[in-house]
Amino acid sequence: MTTNSLTTSQGAGRAGDKVFSGAAMAAGCLILAVLFGVALFLVVQAIPALTAPAEDIQGGNGFFAYIAPIVVGTLIAAVIALVIATPVAIGVALFISHYAPRRLAAGLGYVVDLLAAIPSVVYGAWGAAFLAKEISPAYDWLATYLGWIPIFEGPASATGKTILTAGIVLSVMVLPIITSLSREIFLQTPKLHEEAALALGATRWEMIKMAVLPFGRPGIISAIMLGLGRALGETMAVALVLSSGVLTASLIQSGNQTIAAEIALNFPEASGLKVNTLIAAGLVLFVITLGVNMIARWIITRHKEFSGAN
Amino acid sequence: MSKRIDVKDLNVYYGNFLAVEDVNINIQAKSVTAFIGPSGCGKSTFLRTLNRMHEVLPGARVEGEVLLDGDNLYGPGVDPVTVRTQVGMVFQRPNPFPTMSIRDNVLAGVKLNNKKISKGAADALVEKSLVGANLWNEVKDRLDKPGSGLSGGQQQRLCIARAIAVEPQVILMDEPCSALDPISTLAVEDLINELKDQYTVVIVTHNMQQAARVSDKTAFFNIAGTGKPGKLIEFADTTSIFNNPAQKATEDYVSGRFG
Repeated sequence: MTTNSLTTSQGAGRAGDKVFSGAAMAAGCLILAVLFGVALFLVVQAIPALTAPAEDIQGGNGFFAYIAPIVVGTLIAAVIALVIATPVAIGVALFISHYAPRRLAAGLGYVVDLLAAIPSVVYGAWGAAFLAKEISPAYDWLATYLGWIPIFEGPASATGKTILTAGIVLSVMVLPIITSLSREIFLQTPKLHEEAALALGATRWEMIKMAVLPFGRPGIISAIMLGLGRALGETMAVALVLSSGVLTASLIQSGNQTIAAEIALNFPEASGLKVNTLIAAGLVLFVITLGVNMIARWIITRHKEFSGAN
Repeated sequence: MSKRIDVKDLNVYYGNFLAVEDVNINIQAKSVTAFIGPSGCGKSTFLRTLNRMHEVLPGARVEGEVLLDGDNLYGPGVDPVTVRTQVGMVFQRPNPFPTMSIRDNVLAGVKLNNKKISKGAADALVEKSLVGANLWNEVKDRLDKPGSGLSGGQQQRLCIARAIAVEPQVILMDEPCSALDPISTLAVEDLINELKDQYTVVIVTHNMQQAARVSDKTAFFNIAGTGKPGKLIEFADTTSIFNNPAQKATEDYVSGRFG
């Protein structure tokens, strides 16, 4: 009888391995299943709204006439949030990772993380009750002196409950996301590259431009995209802060609406085709977010050769 | 285009820990000086004080003087950035900037401090530096490709090209060949031999044959035990360090009877 001694295996070690790979596989599949389930639900429920006669949809001009203004409103609010939050977040992250004394950096890091722990309804209440009121004189000023730019056209909203206020509140909400991710990335910059820059006679800022930012670029983009996802999908804060209305070019008048807030405000009283319409709006938001993430991935892979991963 | 270095009574600290004690050494211009010694004896730490890279680490500081042609690197009002443009450095592991092309890597130091350089001058400088680093023929057709795509030895020579492009007075090398294969090592050693015609070169190495091959003078550092500071034991012509050392510890180390 000849047996290959290499075929006998240690049972216990193998079992652990199988359990682990099975668990990992199951977790991976579960994510896909959930994602697929959500997408399927959205599509199935949205079809009646997409195929309904135009006059049955709210507004009477069909689904796309209904959704287009709030898609634009959503994008405007998200863009305002990112334009404000990104430079601040990267600045704060750089300060924490490369400028601040160590103890101050740790404290500041906690404070920024704490911002992420505040519930969005609190941000909404703060924006509606405090920020909107305080900021409306600034809107008057903008309307008076910069009113010739369409986005600052007057008359400014007296309550301050505008898309710009909503964008500012959103920017505070996405700030901790972008900051903490960027900070982690910046801290991972290889010492080797930082020292290479310093040894060439770089100042600290030049070292950051030369070694830290290029290395962190894909991470910064990912961080911004995560922030964008939050800004696009944020519901409560916008619903509370924004005095919504039709699509308006001016950011300091009341008007505009975002998809998430539109769904949240109308869903409780909706019935019949209106429910399908709102779910279809949700589908559109889903597609936008998906598209944004794909563009981000494309941007990151485009520079793979120079990414430092090789 | 090279300056001498005189070190007087230098103590190097990490926080309160004295890492290197009381170094006095005179490094001549246009020569290759090797630092040898066991791991942890402070030779790399000491090397990094010669271009003020030591103080990049939190809590790190020095006492004493390092004179570059008589000018104290640690004098009041001296900007470490200025020091580092005069005293270049090549590191243990090749570290070209991965996000830059080969050409941009060579120009990285030149473009610092808002200096502008015309395209023609830049092209000439890239060629001159890469020729100087014995790398030109290997990369001239792919200057726009990332530096990280080169082999380890090529990357290290690219780092040397980057260092000499800013025309420093002194080039410090911290075990520049320890991550390279023998053929790449040979290429870098040949290069060191050529560099000493123009620059003051200081090299830290674990490889005693390498010290014997490339250096004019050798400094032997040693450490009495864990937690004790490293010291400069002996500094002399390389031939006498290896053939006729004055100190017993040096003889034990170079003959392999160490520890």
